[in-house]
Amino acid sequence: MALLADLFLQFSILTVVAFGGITAMLPELHRLVVEQRQWMDDTTFAHLFAIAQAAPGPNLLVVSLIGWKVAGIPGAIAATLAISLPMSLVIFFLYRHWERFRDAPWREAIQTGVAPLAVGLVCASGWLIGASAGLDLRGILLTLACTGLMLARGWHPLWYIGAGAAAGALGLV
Amino acid sequence: MHRSPADAPRTAPEPPHPAIPPARQPGLWDLFLACSRVGLSGFGGVLPLLRHFLVEERRLMSGADFNALLGLCQFLPGSNVVNLAVCVGARFHGARGAVVATTGLLLGPFLVMMALATAYGVWGHLAVVQDMLRGVAAAGAGLLFATALKMARNVPERWIYLPFAALILVALVILRLPLPPLMLALLGMTGLIAYRRARRAARLATTADTDS
Repeated sequence: MALLADLFLQFSILTVVAFGGITAMLPELHRLVVEQRQWMDDTTFAHLFAIAQAAPGPNLLVVSLIGWKVAGIPGAIAATLAISLPMSLVIFFLYRHWERFRDAPWREAIQTGVAPLAVGLVCASGWLIGASAGLDLRGILLTLACTGLMLARGWHPLWYIGAGAAAGALGLV
Repeated sequence: MHRSPADAPRTAPEPPHPAIPPARQPGLWDLFLACSRVGLSGFGGVLPLLRHFLVEERRLMSGADFNALLGLCQFLPGSNVVNLAVCVGARFHGARGAVVATTGLLLGPFLVMMALATAYGVWGHLAVVQDMLRGVAAAGAGLLFATALKMARNVPERWIYLPFAALILVALVILRLPLPPLMLALLGMTGLIAYRRARRAARLATTADTDS
């Protein structure tokens, strides 16, 4: 019970600063569950991210997997609620009044200010996933190839996920 | 991961919908099913599907309305699809609608995740499964870098703002600082810069107006 409460509290705090979406939160999730609380090791963290990538649904559900690893199904439920509930409540009371703030200068300033930080956060996410997965040179080459192809061609993400799984199964990375 | 402005739905000219006729209001069950379908069919991007359902398929709101709500949901922290489901559900059925829409969106994918988690618990130790997941993680990291670079392209006045991207990257990856205080401090700085630049631009614009 104390574990569930800790999980819920930590993830609730996290979601309130999750500017830039859940993907941008991976570094903080990693710091929390791998380094600070030591609920799982690096490899498991990378595995859970990979499973979430290959499954349908909003990408916040990676936290359900993390919660599951920490405390089974109750952990998964606690983690999912913690990530979605706090901001849902805020938005429920706020959305009617949004029109009034839409053109406020401070709102535009925050939006402009968040964008570069989100760039850094998503970059850090990619870095930490690569590092947690323990990629060797061939793995890093696969990562860079996916980055380049996605930017140049923009094929559907599932193609890259499938190619990654195939490369792994064939022992190429 | 696909929340870069490049992926945001475009504002297309649309026939006006002055008021939503009551007959078009979805029932609670309708809302649940629609959100479930959207949640379960979204691979790496649920937003376009949600927009398609609301604006094009069912005409529950105009494109402009959708963009306004999306603006709020992307502006606030948290998962922007969950935020959006709350707005949409609340718009049609108040608190009950918000709960039903969010549950619909998350329940199906959540069950899929739990099935996959169970499978991972059983077969996760096999070498071939570990190899495949490592490959997927490598590809996924590549997609994250691509998303970051696409987002960086859309940052205005990059020479001012992108150093902050580098700063937060170093703080997280090398210094391993906790995010909440870091985020608030850096957002305070970038937000203040943006605020002052906008004020100055507005002042220059008014001076130019009075001069001419």
